[in-house]
Parts: sequence; structure tokens; C-alpha cells
Amino acid sequence: MQTGCEWLRGTGPDAEIVVSSRIRLARNLAQFPFISRADEPTRNDLEKLLYEKLQNLSAGPRLSYFDVRNLSDLDRQFLMERQLISKELADGEGARGVAVDQGQSVSVMINEEDHLRMQVVRSGFSLDECWKDIDQLDDDIEEDVTYAFGEDLGYLTACPTNVGTGIRVSVMLHLPALHMTKEIQKVLGALQKISLAVRGLYGEGSSASGQFFQVSNQITLGQSEQQIIDKLHEVVPNIISYERRVREALLKDNRAKLHDQISRATGILQKAQTISSEETMDLLSSVRLGVSLGMLDDLDLLSVNELFIHTQPAHLQKIRGETLDSGERNAARAAYLRSRLAEA
Amino acid sequence: MKKCRRCSKPATLHITEIHDSTVQKIHLCENCASEYLETSAPPDEDEMEALLEEAGLGDLGDEQDELTCPNCGITYREFRKQGRLGCPHDYVVFKERLIPLLENIHESTHHAGKFPKRAPDASHKQYELIKMRNDLRIAVEKEDYEAAAKLRDDIRQLEEQQSE
Ligand SMILES: [Zn+2]
Ligand SMILES: [Zn+2]
Repeated sequence: MQTGCEWLRGTGPDAEIVVSSRIRLARNLAQFPFISRADEPTRNDLEKLLYEKLQNLSAGPRLSYFDVRNLSDLDRQFLMERQLISKELADGEGARGVAVDQGQSVSVMINEEDHLRMQVVRSGFSLDECWKDIDQLDDDIEEDVTYAFGEDLGYLTACPTNVGTGIRVSVMLHLPALHMTKEIQKVLGALQKISLAVRGLYGEGSSASGQFFQVSNQITLGQSEQQIIDKLHEVVPNIISYERRVREALLKDNRAKLHDQISRATGILQKAQTISSEETMDLLSSVRLGVSLGMLDDLDLLSVNELFIHTQPAHLQKIRGETLDSGERNAARAAYLRSRLAEA
Repeated sequence: MKKCRRCSKPATLHITEIHDSTVQKIHLCENCASEYLETSAPPDEDEMEALLEEAGLGDLGDEQDELTCPNCGITYREFRKQGRLGCPHDYVVFKERLIPLLENIHESTHHAGKFPKRAPDASHKQYELIKMRNDLRIAVEKEDYEAAAKLRDDIRQLEEQQSE
């Protein structure tokens, strides 16, 4: 579990801008109530049935199962930081778990909000591959279970916001140049108009870094899976080329300033004695930009992508093998960053 | 320092949410932010309530609120409160209420995507099991062990039939 997360590789189409592509499907079994109405024996039956099904898939990846009910809080948080389980599953109650493949690109949650929440994640802009894999996995699971499905409304889900295809297609974009130049507002406004959801994430007081944006579909009913994916295929390349153009312009007009910002960020991460996760994210974002622009030769995208995950609380505590309070974590985070970035 | 919108811890992450070109900043602590940012994150109860209000499906008065699913036993009021349905059959039982909600959320009321290879039984036979499980739960609550034992047998039998 400590090792290889394939979607962090930093390879795949446009990986310097598209961190990851992700598709999830929500499914329920026809003969069971939804989770919110399922008592303990029913949840146990569901988990057992689905666990056995996942262990005996005729095709597809071999999956390891984590019994989330019986994991420690730390292990639950660890799985969350890896984005293998949701907070809802971590904090849930009763029988529940997640099946994960070796490369951690496939995960299937059992007894989350729906009986099944399966997802496939890939590095870079790779939605077609995600869809191919998850469509196949869905068919495999369906071989001897009957999904809740209505002719009119499609796959029936616990929340009406997911009914129909039950699909959520999303890409995580790193857009530091668009943010620096404030061009990002135009992009975000345009996306909203075509009912794609956008969420941006950045740390406090950051003037120029930490810029990650997630674009995903909101509508699940009335469009086919392919139409929903195509919409992102239409829109995302425009955002990518916009970000590239702005990066080029920055390099041309502000190279010295940009280089300074990236070098300072690297310097702090290499030397700090204590550092918050928020500042770490901000600075790593600058470092990531530096790697993409070829300004930092000794680092690659994989290492930087990993640092985003490994500097989170549960990962730090796993690496150190002990429980740490927030002050101790800041020191441990700085020490970890110093050791990982010593050569860069 | 700003406080987290969902709990009272210091907010360390600031999320920009854009709706119809109005920009809203949401301040959250690390924990709440990771929850908020999950693509799978369901609307919380307040957001669901707002969606229902928008579709004109807020408080509909006692009579309408008491509409109950015969299989899982959920009432419309319970759905309205928690924003989650109780079983697949609720889409039939609450159909009239759900259609305007779906139109509001998805601008459509017809599935246009994948169909399962094994089309579910049109007679909705599977839903019988949901009802039996619900009856079983009630029998156990009432400590009616005789009825519970019989229901358990019946459930097992029907499950075996259906998996053949
Ligand atoms: Zn909070
Ligand atoms: Zn029901």
C-alpha cells in the first residue's frame, strides 16, 4: 500500500497540466434497500455478497479488500489521502469496505451512499481509457447480480442527483499560469455556462501558487456516458492550450521573475524546519510548474505528485510509524521534504 | 484567521465556487475541504433541501408528506429531510414529486445511457425482498421471533430462486 500509485506517475497525455482523470459509477442491487434504510443484518449481507462477487470476477484486475469498519482511524485517513475511499465511507457505520487493485487505479467501495461506488483513475488526460476499464468492470460485476434499473430513469441511486448513468467524470487540472495572470476567471465562467462543475483549491495567502482545479459533469440523466465524456473532451483541451499559451507568454516576458519564484519555493522546501500542509501545497505547486517548464532538472513530475500525497497527515504518520500532533507533523513534514528534495 | 464554514476549526483552504458567473469563496479546514472536494461528495442535507425548494417540493403539508413506500417504509417527509431515498421502488412511489426535481437538476427525465445486460424483472419481483427485509426488521424490533424466523426462511428461499 505504501508503494506505487499508478495515477501519480506523471505520464500520459498532457500530464504536466492534467494531473489525473477519473470516472466513477454508482450502482445498487435491486433486491436490497438503499444504504440509509439498510439495518445491520442487511448491510452485512450486502457486504458479504459483494465482497465474494469482487473476489471472483471472471475478468479484470485482482482486487485486495480492506475492511474499513475494522481499520484504525489512521488507516482510514490514509486510504482517503490516496483517494481510494471517500470521507463518507471513512466516517460511515456498519459493514463497509473497499476493493483496490495493485496499481491503485481501480477501487470499488461497498456500502457507501450506494451499494457500489466504483472508480478508475489514470495519470494525465485519459478519460477514454478510464471509461473502457470501468465499463468492463461494471459488466463483470453485473454478470450475476441484478442492478436496480428503470427503463425510464436508468440506474437508480440513493440520491436523485446521480440517477441515470450514475457517472461522475472528472479531471484534475494544474493551472498556475492562468491563475497568476487572473485569466482563470474567464475559463471558470465559461465552464459554468455549459453545466460543468468547477472547483478550485488553493492555500491561504498564496499570491501565485497551489492552483488545482477540478472539472466534472453535474448532469447524469438524459445524456449517454459517451456524450458526458465527449463534453470534457471538447472543453479540457481548450483549457490546456490556454494554460500553455499563458505559460509561454510568462516565459517570454517574465522569465526572471518566474525563475526566482520557483527557486525560492524549492529553497524553502529544501531548508524549512517546520511547515504546514497548506504552505507545502502552495510551494509544491510552484515546484511542479518549474518541473513542467524544465527549470528544475533533477526532479520529475512523479516525485512532485507523490510529495503532494506523502506530506499529508496520515502518510507522514505512516512513514514515521507513530502518531503525531499537528506541531509534530509540521516538523516531520519539513524533515521529509528536506530528505526528498536534498538533491534537487 | 477565518473559521471553517462546516466546523469551527481554523480554515486553511479556500475554495472558489462559481455559479452563473458569481464567485463565492468558501473557507474550510483541511478535513472538511477534502470531503467537500471529492467528486463523489453528495449534496449535504441543506443543499438537497435547497434543491427541493427550487423544484417547488419543500414542505407539502401533512397529507403529501405521509406518502409511504410499501417496500422500504420510507415516507416522503423522511426523504425530504435526509435527501436520500430508501429503495429503488421509491422512484415509482414518489414519481410525481421526483419528476420536477429531476428536471431541475438534470434538465431531463429520460435515461440515455448504458443498459444492463440482464434487464431487471419487469414485474419488480426483486423489490419483494426489500419488503421482506423491512418486515423482518420490524418483527425483530417487536421481538416477534416466530415471524422473524419465518421471514428469514422466506428471504433465503426467494434469494435462491432469484439467483438460479
Ligand atoms: Zn472544518
Ligand atoms: Zn422504498
